[in-house]
Amino acid sequence: MKNANDPKQLLVSAIESGTVIDHIPAKTLFKVIKILGLDRISNQITFGTNLDSKTDGKKAIIKIAGVFFEDDDINRIALVAPNAKLNIIRDYEVVEKRVVSVPDTITAIAKCMNPKCITNFEKVTTRFRVVSKKPVALKCHYCEKITDQERLEII
Amino acid sequence: MKTRSLVSIDDLITAEITKILDLAAEFEKEPIQDILRGRVVATLFFEPSTRTRLSFESAVNKLGGKVIGFTDSSSSSVTKGETLNDTIRTVNNYADLIVMRHPIEGSARYASEISTVPVINAGDGANQHPTQTLLDLYSILKTQGTLDKLNICMVGDLKYGRTVHSLLMAMSRWKTSFNFVAPEELMMPDEYKLYLRNLGLDYFETSNLAEVINMADIIYMTRVQRERFSDPMEYEKVKNAYVLHDNMLGETKPGMKILHPLPRVNEINTDVDANTKAYYFEQALNGVFTRQAIITTLLGLK
Repeated sequence: MKNANDPKQLLVSAIESGTVIDHIPAKTLFKVIKILGLDRISNQITFGTNLDSKTDGKKAIIKIAGVFFEDDDINRIALVAPNAKLNIIRDYEVVEKRVVSVPDTITAIAKCMNPKCITNFEKVTTRFRVVSKKPVALKCHYCEKITDQERLEII
Repeated sequence: MKTRSLVSIDDLITAEITKILDLAAEFEKEPIQDILRGRVVATLFFEPSTRTRLSFESAVNKLGGKVIGFTDSSSSSVTKGETLNDTIRTVNNYADLIVMRHPIEGSARYASEISTVPVINAGDGANQHPTQTLLDLYSILKTQGTLDKLNICMVGDLKYGRTVHSLLMAMSRWKTSFNFVAPEELMMPDEYKLYLRNLGLDYFETSNLAEVINMADIIYMTRVQRERFSDPMEYEKVKNAYVLHDNMLGETKPGMKILHPLPRVNEINTDVDANTKAYYFEQALNGVFTRQAIITTLLGLK
């Protein structure tokens, strides 16, 4: 399947090889960029946001040249872009499609909602066990309180 | 080598709990021993808790160990702005084991990850207080001869009570049936009821203590605090409904015992103290033996 057949993806130019992340909610685009560390790499990256989507309202899309993600890395965005779809591109062709899934543990991404938790007082890397994937509920490794989807904040 | 700490009762598997309780029984027979000679235990109390601290210090002293530490954070470097990280790293140089109480939740887990010596959580905010749970278990085992299939009646503040939550989680390993007696506003939170349902364990909720008191093997009393109520009128209505009097105990089981984590205010009338079913002061003594068992286990001396 060629990207060129998809008029939505024409809004940002095609890449020769790399990863296209589609169906990111427009409002979480910059969180996705931050979680994946895209603001700290020198690869060519193009993104579009506030694009119309039949299913997601306003969506965003990111194209990263020359980068292929491991599942563990890409699943980190599942908290903010649960419906994201990955297209793995080689030689301008989509060679693989992937979806993201919420991992069993979350490290260094989410903030504990408990104002009395040690992670909100000292420089402690947050760690959670995922106790429910849909809707997301995270149990703090430290204070053992649950942070749910509504109160989820990305650091 | 990573040292073993005790932060949460869930850190222990059932066999380890049983081993600690057996060891507590040994210490009860012979509480004065020389096992900790030359060892230093630091009691870091970032908030005051006289009862818990004295119990730990008594446990250490009876085993020939020495205690260093502070009794509240105003007398420590915390007031100068030192982080917990730095305090723990520093104390690691002076002590073989740390007992710590801290108002911030998760602080003990964090400390246990930094520390090079075992850390015992003596209460981290509203989160965990595992040595209380173990001494409760020891008291139940000692008075009932078993932990299996008992009826435990929990009374008072079941919503915010850290001790009842931990005890519930721990006792559920032994197929306990629970009666929860609390005012509407302070009922057992859903997550704990769900936990019991998932294990297939029975529980019953009521706001009338008389309804269930005669079924109990253990009555676990807690304090109903005025500040827990959004409506002060509500507190006035219920404050006397959860007070235990001697004349309520006539029809209770002969081997039933009344536990309370202490301090008591008025929720157990003093006329109960003379009843053989009152057990809360012995429970506090059991705390010393249980803590002796925990300390020596974590130090690998037993």
